[in-house]
Amino acid sequence: MHIIEARNLVKNFGDFQAVKGIDFFVEQGEIFGFLGPNGAGKTTTINMLTGLARPSEGTITIAGLDGVRNIKKVQGIIGIVPDESNLYDDMGGFENLVFCASLYGMKKRKREQRAHELLAQFSLDDTGNRPFKAYSKGMKRKLTIAAGIIHEPRILFLDEPTTGIDVESARQIRQLIATLNEQGTTIFLTTHYIEDAERLCDRIGFIVGGSVVKVSTVQALLTEAQQEHVLQFWLEASGTHLQSELLDAFPMVSMSPESDHTISLRSKVPMDLMPFMHFFDARNIKVREARLVRPSLEEVFVKITGIELARLKKEKEGRK
Amino acid sequence: MIDNTLAYWGILKKDMRNYYLKPPNISWGIIFPVSWTLMFYLRSEQAVDIRAILPGVMALSILFGTTSMLSVTITFERKSRSFERLLLSPISLNLLMLAKTTGAIVFGIINAFIPVLFASFMIDLSGIHWGILSLAVLFIAITSTFLGLFIAVSVNEVFEAQTFSNFFRFPMMFLCGLFIPIGNLPAIIRPLSYILPLTYGSDLLRFSVNSEASIPVAANLLVLVLFSGLLFFLSTHNIKKRWIY
Ligand SMILES: Nc1ncnc2c1ncn2[C@@H]1O[C@H](COP(=O)(O)OP(=O)(O)O)[C@@H](O)[C@H]1O
Ligand SMILES: [Mg+2]
Repeated sequence: MHIIEARNLVKNFGDFQAVKGIDFFVEQGEIFGFLGPNGAGKTTTINMLTGLARPSEGTITIAGLDGVRNIKKVQGIIGIVPDESNLYDDMGGFENLVFCASLYGMKKRKREQRAHELLAQFSLDDTGNRPFKAYSKGMKRKLTIAAGIIHEPRILFLDEPTTGIDVESARQIRQLIATLNEQGTTIFLTTHYIEDAERLCDRIGFIVGGSVVKVSTVQALLTEAQQEHVLQFWLEASGTHLQSELLDAFPMVSMSPESDHTISLRSKVPMDLMPFMHFFDARNIKVREARLVRPSLEEVFVKITGIELARLKKEKEGRK
Repeated sequence: MIDNTLAYWGILKKDMRNYYLKPPNISWGIIFPVSWTLMFYLRSEQAVDIRAILPGVMALSILFGTTSMLSVTITFERKSRSFERLLLSPISLNLLMLAKTTGAIVFGIINAFIPVLFASFMIDLSGIHWGILSLAVLFIAITSTFLGLFIAVSVNEVFEAQTFSNFFRFPMMFLCGLFIPIGNLPAIIRPLSYILPLTYGSDLLRFSVNSEASIPVAANLLVLVLFSGLLFFLSTHNIKKRWIY
């Protein structure tokens, strides 16, 4: 069953089209991820799905309800974890959770019981009385997730759940998302980390420049990627000028220079290392390192979106 | 049904604890009427007729108390993004706005009775129509809260809300007939007085405290109700247009 279905979703901000007529669905019980670089339109899409932004065009159906006209009903069964925390700075962790529960009409006893439960589950029980503003980034994100699931929603939306926090918190959060999903919660998340998408999601939608360029299962993407064989060489000297010679000598490969000294060769058939070593040797270029690469989701991502590896690397470094 | 009342109380209680019961706001309710009374006392250089200025001090306590609270409970929360959490919750926008304004209305009512309390130690308060006084206070509190709401949802920054409030508050102070009778105002600006809600509220207050009035009680109440309805409608309209973008 498609628990979320978006058809021809468009969002215009004045002349600028942030989301350009996207179609996708989310199966009940799965973890679906929107993977795309900054500015791709992920947050805008989540905002439309959760009722914080109105679509300029298109339709949204969530659990059989019209996501625009019936948004208040929809909001009762979904949980939302925004990219930046929106809890109350001056209130304690426990107080914040109890307040959020009251917004969903939960009774006092149930509210407090759930709040205690979640604080313990997120290892925040020691800090439940500390004001939210005194929390670290990772703790803030965890409490924001706790607030998003306090009413036990059927569908949970998470906007970049692991961005900008420490490694350990990120690991806990991934674990938590997996556990929630095992317990039956459908998850819609966005991320610009390929590893997160690969580790967490059942299916991934690639979103770039406001368009969904591909939706597929992680398994299918990997299988597709691994039909290709990739050889990578790190050279002592620049190898860019060798391109045409290389392609003449080895017609079955295609080549993508990654930098002056790095060359990746791709082929649909298995490649042997030695002929290439001889090739470089004959041209007096020393090979510092060579290896057969098992293509990863990252390669697929680059191929599908056309986003350069260099930019991806930069974003990854920004994480550390 | 039960869901909604729990959410309503939840929001109201949170605002009370976070904003209204904070010491700066409590003291505001005391400092304001005292300084107003003192100002009149100094200006008149003689025994001031406390009963004559009581309606004015009450009305301004409500007006300033309510409008300044909304810029915090709404504009500030919007700026810090916690207002989004409310917009994302399953309660209707109308109920949400009522929950956010009830605290300010109660705060305004309490502010109005602080000068009355002070006055009761100094003068004899017999002859006041308490029923009408209470109605007047209630409706002034509602109208000025909704005015504050309208301002708070029309701006993005807290300081804009403050500035924009003064744009309404100061003309109202002088044009609503509390300190200068409307009849004494130049004829060209008199119509202005009649488009300000406080004019009708202060007329009610003067009637209940000093038995002087120029507009029938029912008409005053009706106009205040209309103003409140209009301001509330414009506010929710503004939120839908500007904040659910
Ligand atoms: N309220 C807005 N007004 C104008 N442009 C916006 C607004 N919100 C987002 N955008 C633009 O829409 C694009 C997509 O933004 P966003 O959905 O936040 O991307 P992502 O979450 O994928 O990083 C960006 O170019 C951004 O600048
Ligand atoms: Mg985003």
